[in-house]
Amino acid sequence: MTENTAAKHELRVRPIENGTVIDHISAGQALNVLKILEIPGSSEGVVSVVMNAAGAHGKKDVVKIEGRELNVREVDRISLIAPNATINIIRNFKVLQKKKVHIPEYIEGVVRCMNPNCISNTMEPVNSKFDVTSEKDRILLRCKYCERVISENIAEHLL
Amino acid sequence: MIDHILNTAEKLEPIARGKEISTLLAGKVLMLLFFEPSTRTRMSFETAMIRLGGSVMNLGSVEASSIAKGETLADTIRVVEGYADAIVLRHPKEGSARMASEFSSVPVINGGDGAGHHPTQTFLDLYTISRESHLEGAKIALAGDLKYGRTVHSLCYALSLYGAEITMVSPKELRMPAEIISDLKRLDIKVKQTDSIEEVIGDVDVLYVTRIQKERFPDPDEYHKVATSLQITPELLENARPQLKIMHPLPRINEIDPRVDYTPHACYYRQSFYGVPVRMALLSLVLGALE
Repeated sequence: MTENTAAKHELRVRPIENGTVIDHISAGQALNVLKILEIPGSSEGVVSVVMNAAGAHGKKDVVKIEGRELNVREVDRISLIAPNATINIIRNFKVLQKKKVHIPEYIEGVVRCMNPNCISNTMEPVNSKFDVTSEKDRILLRCKYCERVISENIAEHLL
Repeated sequence: MIDHILNTAEKLEPIARGKEISTLLAGKVLMLLFFEPSTRTRMSFETAMIRLGGSVMNLGSVEASSIAKGETLADTIRVVEGYADAIVLRHPKEGSARMASEFSSVPVINGGDGAGHHPTQTFLDLYTISRESHLEGAKIALAGDLKYGRTVHSLCYALSLYGAEITMVSPKELRMPAEIISDLKRLDIKVKQTDSIEEVIGDVDVLYVTRIQKERFPDPDEYHKVATSLQITPELLENARPQLKIMHPLPRINEIDPRVDYTPHACYYRQSFYGVPVRMALLSLVLGALE
């Protein structure tokens, strides 16, 4: 095998010139991150997804998005399903900024309450509201209205 | 705060019994917005307001109101807050009272929100236990439908503030939800679960009985078997402590034998009365007539 061929085999996802790398996503959540970011509809650039990569703390997913930076609302939503994720802003192939997602204490209009009889799931003019807490690496969302707790499959309840 | 409400209720009890006349809430209007049927909650709020010299307005029938035309609860509240000094809301959706409070400049009291909470019932249950027995470290058995009964859910959390020992007595189909049991254990409350009322009757200060609804059981024979096994009878009470008090949020069907009504253990009718002084206390406090 030539050196060039070996390099081709090693290169799974190429570095991006400008954009965002979301690293340390909980394994299996990369496609939900794309759903939150409404990709492909919301991005023109190339998007790369790595799933089940080896990380320092076990398996992880990574998403690389060319030509796009995330807003606060998007990062808040990602933190709910990938609380250990890091957001890397890339300019000219270099990491300009790297920060861990911050889990908000409170979210509004982000997740639908799982209780079908909750007042927030009716025609009333209110947004869903949740207090956010974490317990042993799990995110718990407690509805401000009916107090029902969402602790699993949060991605399924995203609005 | 809870103790303050209970102490205030005790001070107002002579007025609730009609032994003293009060004008504490004269000129104040209470609006009762009941989107679901209610007997005791609605009537005891009305009595409480009238005993304190205030007035009561009613929504009337939902079918003949603007709600039937599709008005949102938020809009109803925005209108009604202009007519009243406080609102009592009973609504079939969980979280409705909390949402209503966001749209109201006057106090909103939750009179029951779907399968959620019924806090004024919890206050009157606590008041009953304190008047008829004792709250601190009480040994309490909750018997009947512990899965769907919202009164026992809220009561458990309230009792946890007083270090109660709680025994849950129910058939396995109607056990207390696991998340409530784990919440109580996290709060260091001693909790036991059993399906035998005989096992616990000799060891508790208070027995709180709830109705088992027939529709929870697809098989009528199974319902009959379960309902009979948990029925409170004078024979069962032969093994009870002399000071045992039996409570029930009412209405009861057949879970308490009517012969028990004439024993010193029965306190469910007084429990129902205590709803008046407790609601008088809440109204006086939220309307700022008492501090």
